[in-house]
Amino acid sequence: MSDFPSSARVVVIGAGIVGNSVVKHLAAHGWRDIVQLDKGPLPNPGGSTGHASNFIYPVDHNKEMAHLTLDSQQQYEEMGVSVTSGGLEVARTEARLHELNRRMTSAKSWDIDSRLVNREEIEELVPFLDVNVVLGGWFSPTVSVVDSLRAGTLMREYAQQLGALSVHPVTEVLDIETDRGRISAVVTNKGRIACEYVVIACGVWSPRLARMAGASIPLTPAVHQMIDVGPLEILSATNSEIGYPIVRDMDTFCYERQTGGSMEVGSYAHRPIFHHPDTIPSIEQARLSPTELPLTMDDFDPQLEQAVELMPFLGDAEIKYGINGLLSLTPDAMPLVGETPEVKNLWSCAAIWIKEGPGTGRALAEWMTQGYPEIDPHASDIARFYPYMKTEGHILARCAEHFNKTYGIVHPREQWDSRRNSRVSTLHATTSALGAVYFEAGGWERPHWYESNAPLLEEYGDRIPERPHEWDRRWWSPIQNAEHLALRDRVGMIDLTAFAIFDITGSGALQFVQYMTVNQVDRPVGSGIYTPLLTEEGGFRSDLTILRMGEDHFRVITGGFDGARDAYWFRKWLPESDCVTFTDITSSMSTIGVWGPNARRLVERVTDDDVSHEGFPYGTWKHATIGSIPVTMFRISYVGDLGWEVYTAMEHAPMLWETLWEAGQDLGVVPVGAGVYGTTGRLEKGYRLMGAELESEYNPVEAGLARRLVKKADFVGKEAYLKARDEEAAAVCCTLTLESYVSTSGVARFPMGGNEPILTQEGDRIVDRKGRVSRVTSAGASPSLDTYLFLGYLPPEFAQEGRSLQIMYQNELFPVKVARVGSRPLFDPDDVRMKS
Amino acid sequence: MRILVCVKRVPAPGAKIVLTPDAQDIDASLLGFAVSPHEECAVEEAVQIVEREGGSVTVMTLGPPEAEEQLRSAVAVGATSVVLLPSDIPDWDPVSTSTALVSAISRLEDEEAPFDLILFGNESADSGGYQVGIRVARSLGRPMVTGIKGIDTEGDSVAARRETPSGWEVYRLPLPAIVGVKEGINLPRYPTLKGRMAARRAPVATMEPAESASGQSKVMLMTPPDAGSAVEILGEGPETAPAIVDIMEGLGLV
Amino acid sequence: MSTFLYLVEHDRGRIDETATGGMTGARLLAERTGSELHAVAIGAGAEAAADRLAAYGAEQVHLVSHDLLTDYGPDAWAESLFQLAGSVGAGAVIATGTDRGNEVMAQVGARADLAMVANCLEIEPDGDDWLMTRVRWGGSLHERARLSAPVKLVTLAPHSTDAAPSDQPAAGIVSGFTPDLSEADAVTIVVDRVTVSEGITLATAPVVVSGGRGMGSAEAFDIIEELADLLGGAVGCSRVVTNNGWKNHKFQVGQTGTVVAPDLYIACGISGAIQHWVGMMNAKNVLAINIDRDAPMVTKADWAVIADLHQVVPAISAEITRRRTLAAESG
Repeated sequence: MSDFPSSARVVVIGAGIVGNSVVKHLAAHGWRDIVQLDKGPLPNPGGSTGHASNFIYPVDHNKEMAHLTLDSQQQYEEMGVSVTSGGLEVARTEARLHELNRRMTSAKSWDIDSRLVNREEIEELVPFLDVNVVLGGWFSPTVSVVDSLRAGTLMREYAQQLGALSVHPVTEVLDIETDRGRISAVVTNKGRIACEYVVIACGVWSPRLARMAGASIPLTPAVHQMIDVGPLEILSATNSEIGYPIVRDMDTFCYERQTGGSMEVGSYAHRPIFHHPDTIPSIEQARLSPTELPLTMDDFDPQLEQAVELMPFLGDAEIKYGINGLLSLTPDAMPLVGETPEVKNLWSCAAIWIKEGPGTGRALAEWMTQGYPEIDPHASDIARFYPYMKTEGHILARCAEHFNKTYGIVHPREQWDSRRNSRVSTLHATTSALGAVYFEAGGWERPHWYESNAPLLEEYGDRIPERPHEWDRRWWSPIQNAEHLALRDRVGMIDLTAFAIFDITGSGALQFVQYMTVNQVDRPVGSGIYTPLLTEEGGFRSDLTILRMGEDHFRVITGGFDGARDAYWFRKWLPESDCVTFTDITSSMSTIGVWGPNARRLVERVTDDDVSHEGFPYGTWKHATIGSIPVTMFRISYVGDLGWEVYTAMEHAPMLWETLWEAGQDLGVVPVGAGVYGTTGRLEKGYRLMGAELESEYNPVEAGLARRLVKKADFVGKEAYLKARDEEAAAVCCTLTLESYVSTSGVARFPMGGNEPILTQEGDRIVDRKGRVSRVTSAGASPSLDTYLFLGYLPPEFAQEGRSLQIMYQNELFPVKVARVGSRPLFDPDDVRMKS
Repeated sequence: MRILVCVKRVPAPGAKIVLTPDAQDIDASLLGFAVSPHEECAVEEAVQIVEREGGSVTVMTLGPPEAEEQLRSAVAVGATSVVLLPSDIPDWDPVSTSTALVSAISRLEDEEAPFDLILFGNESADSGGYQVGIRVARSLGRPMVTGIKGIDTEGDSVAARRETPSGWEVYRLPLPAIVGVKEGINLPRYPTLKGRMAARRAPVATMEPAESASGQSKVMLMTPPDAGSAVEILGEGPETAPAIVDIMEGLGLV
Repeated sequence: MSTFLYLVEHDRGRIDETATGGMTGARLLAERTGSELHAVAIGAGAEAAADRLAAYGAEQVHLVSHDLLTDYGPDAWAESLFQLAGSVGAGAVIATGTDRGNEVMAQVGARADLAMVANCLEIEPDGDDWLMTRVRWGGSLHERARLSAPVKLVTLAPHSTDAAPSDQPAAGIVSGFTPDLSEADAVTIVVDRVTVSEGITLATAPVVVSGGRGMGSAEAFDIIEELADLLGGAVGCSRVVTNNGWKNHKFQVGQTGTVVAPDLYIACGISGAIQHWVGMMNAKNVLAINIDRDAPMVTKADWAVIADLHQVVPAISAEITRRRTLAAESG
């Protein structure tokens, strides 16, 4: 008892794969005085790690996940706890065959060896598989199986050998104490440990621990069923843990994985079965372990038939073991990593599977040490959630929806079905009446296009290429292109209520906002400033616009997708003193965008304020009255046309819309959706998007967003920014045009913009000197220029206008040309339209 | 040989059993259910006998409707047919249980044919009453022995072996007879995938159980005090061997 | 005054602590209800035990004899006891909850059509009823039960009462009883006894030497086999071992293998995952050899050696051999 610590720098709770990799990497990053706790014994404390199937398929369409997985796979290999088995995905349907082409494409992006295989090749790889039930497959020879428990022990030992770590198993955390919103201690059944930092890395139990500190880790323990089938002579004859490739029977949502002399069959096909973190049995209560619950066989039964169909020899094998294994699911199926927005120095590293455990542990350690990880954690950042997204109802509904998509074919534009209308603007009735088709943006229902604009297709149809492949048409409408053209020709109105809006006020507001931003914000009241926000290493943390509302009053306007992360980022840097007040006013504000050549004529009709070019210059804002509605107007554009963002109180938005709408009737006003605002309009103007072109792995110089001068005031990331300005950019963000829609197979295709690799004419990957691969960050039509555009970063030697390259889409090559290097727009390059 | 096996659905707890707040039952909300281990062996034994000599294995249980799960698991390992006596009463005492079973067995025998052999588990894992089979045997007027770890069929009789410290004592029962089986008589097989697939489709016959009363009633369940554990660390190397062998001698093993 | 009968299990007159403990429990119960305790001994040689039974409180010792009682038979024994209970007007018939005790008492209950409550730990009268605590789940759980019956039939959980002679020895009056038995009662009598020294089976071995992940290879099991041989025990293994193909599944102890309850379980390089633990948790003694002091198998064991099993196991074998050689030389 006497050796139980009374203080520590950081307490890491959890000794599964995640907690173990966190302590290793913290130690490697120089942290000392680390205490690791787990309520279970070692080496297997009884969490999800203990029953994991431990295989790693490194190919992922998501870049962040792919990189975390590849790093993890390498770490396992370096620890000597990895066996390369190879992995096969088989297709029983045409749709899956198409999806396997997408796998090939992502494999190319991340440089992972893989190939499509026909029945004969499948038979050779897995002789006991009945190839008659499959149409084809995809094989990746580097798929591996790891010993995650052994890896955990080695990682703890690494930290212990550095004298950085003391480990205390069978120690239960009873409370996490905070002092003025900051971590102060962890109370356990063995004593209280005063500490500066806490990392919660306890998988399915994490929400319980977070709640102790007043924070939230939004995940649910969910069942993944697996059975162990054997003995099987063919398998034991290999005399190894795994001698045959792992088979993923994608269309039945099952896998078959050799484990010694038997076969593990795992399923993501059963109904979603959720548990509550508070009712997971204790180690003593559980028959096997707390996360190995009794198999509910009825749920697994349908999968047996499919397994026997695929591998007939399983039919006579015995079901030796079966569990309802618990794992962690989150509302958007991504991990929960980073500092919790609620409590300072309380970090989450949860909802992480074996395949990305070590990489995520490293990322968290970098984040805690350097301020931000090397791999942009945009999609895993726990700060991404709005409050309603952390409620149990939301978590369970979304997890129920995506559980069966674990092996599903998920379209890049796919929309959620459940918990819609969680956030609706007061314009919702208006836009609904106009036939809006809504996509979700940060939870908001945002019109993506309007069915009422279908008649525009008659006008513009001949300028909108047909999309013959259903995949390319899915979650898309040609109306989007028609809306685009109507806006360019006349005027469009866009519901932008999904904007997140914050007010920063107080005597320290100027200094604070200066410190947060790259560009000069000390501009006259009435100015609006576009600016990047950087990480300390000089990569993009955000980009947004700021209105100087008063000497001590700044209004931040940012995208709905990133509003929660941005709010967290500002709050994180707020000074301790009360000279700055940060207020999220999103819910009180609605925004309508009015853009197009007729925008000024439209607005003139409903306001007495001066909206002339001279009286209301570009990049300024004004209070004004439209009809009888008080509004704030900001002359700016993300679609590259003349017009304003018009802000008003949420309750006035319907009347404001109606006023503008009525006034615009004979000017040809059309409602325009986010399909134009976020994609076609934006791409023609080469505007970069946070989370696509803009990420922490790239800096403003590379993105083409560095200004001529650097402000004197200090700001987050300044040092790195200055350094980046002095160096030659390793890559430059470019606009590329598609030179032919027609693929080698003769079908016109419309690439989606999901990390497709940009290749040389020889078909080689392009990698910059920092090791970053060139890939499509955004893609979409350019209706005005009658072409199809891509954004992506290219190293200087390829970033030459006119240079011919290729992109791979669905495993086919398409010729592209570098049309623009840097941020100069392809459409209206001198911004005449919006600045006159 | 026409064989009947009577089984019971019991929770499958871990190292620590948790009770419901009213202390009337085990909190099984997070537990799976299984057939009592002795009965699992009884099913296996019946299946093996029928595999050897032909015949049929009927498996019957008195329990909640969910006990269908246990019956299907019996089909998965080779039972021919299954019968459920559904009841929502949680704890049938031994006298009532045997009354219900006798009535059901009599009906089955009237409808089809007498069972040559009826197997029970030695005692149920949960209530451990040690008597249901014996009461059934008495009511049906058939001989029964319990604690059996070996059965050999010999024409119109069975030889049943019970383990003793020095070996076996052997009983020879003329058929029809009833035997109480103990774990260790065999190693029950796991279901094959095909077996399980067949079980899924197998029909489950149901019969309303006859109810009766007895003088034994449950008041409540209690968790015994925790014994605790205190490991004695003997040392950290091969030099501990003499101490270990001392312990073995103390246990009379060397 | 009511009479309680206690069925004594004996081996030709020799009685062990199970029986004297049972007598003690029955006597305490009789005292509390103001009843007189009689011992019942079936089969040859029981008269030799009469004095001891008196010392433990038997006012009378009924020696039950019959041609059909030369060897054990549940029907013959139960019929005898049932008839004796009737003839003395017993208020309770008690036995110890051994295999035989429970079997005979269940048969008595079936004959009397009365409840029989098995494996009681404590019994207290409550008016005409008895309130008892009895064993469930092999002792993991207790049940409070009520018994209402004109004649109480119970077995006492073995070892639930420590054997203690009565302060004042009872009279121990020996009387014979010859039941009226028919051929029907003879059907279930033991017909044969086989003394066997079968090969040691995992399920029944008094010692199991078991290896886990820490073994590292199939070859390493040589040292496990050597020790098991020396101890007359069986070899076991954990699921990892089977999965790695180091041992056949029939050696696997645990949830998905064999459940064992030996006198000594030696766990070598087994961390003690729960699925393994449930297969051997009924072992009477556990010795863990493991390099990880925090391994569950170590914390739950009776004894542990924190060391590399590849060194410790051969050392134990060598020590046993050394002692045996010494003993042989000195003998």
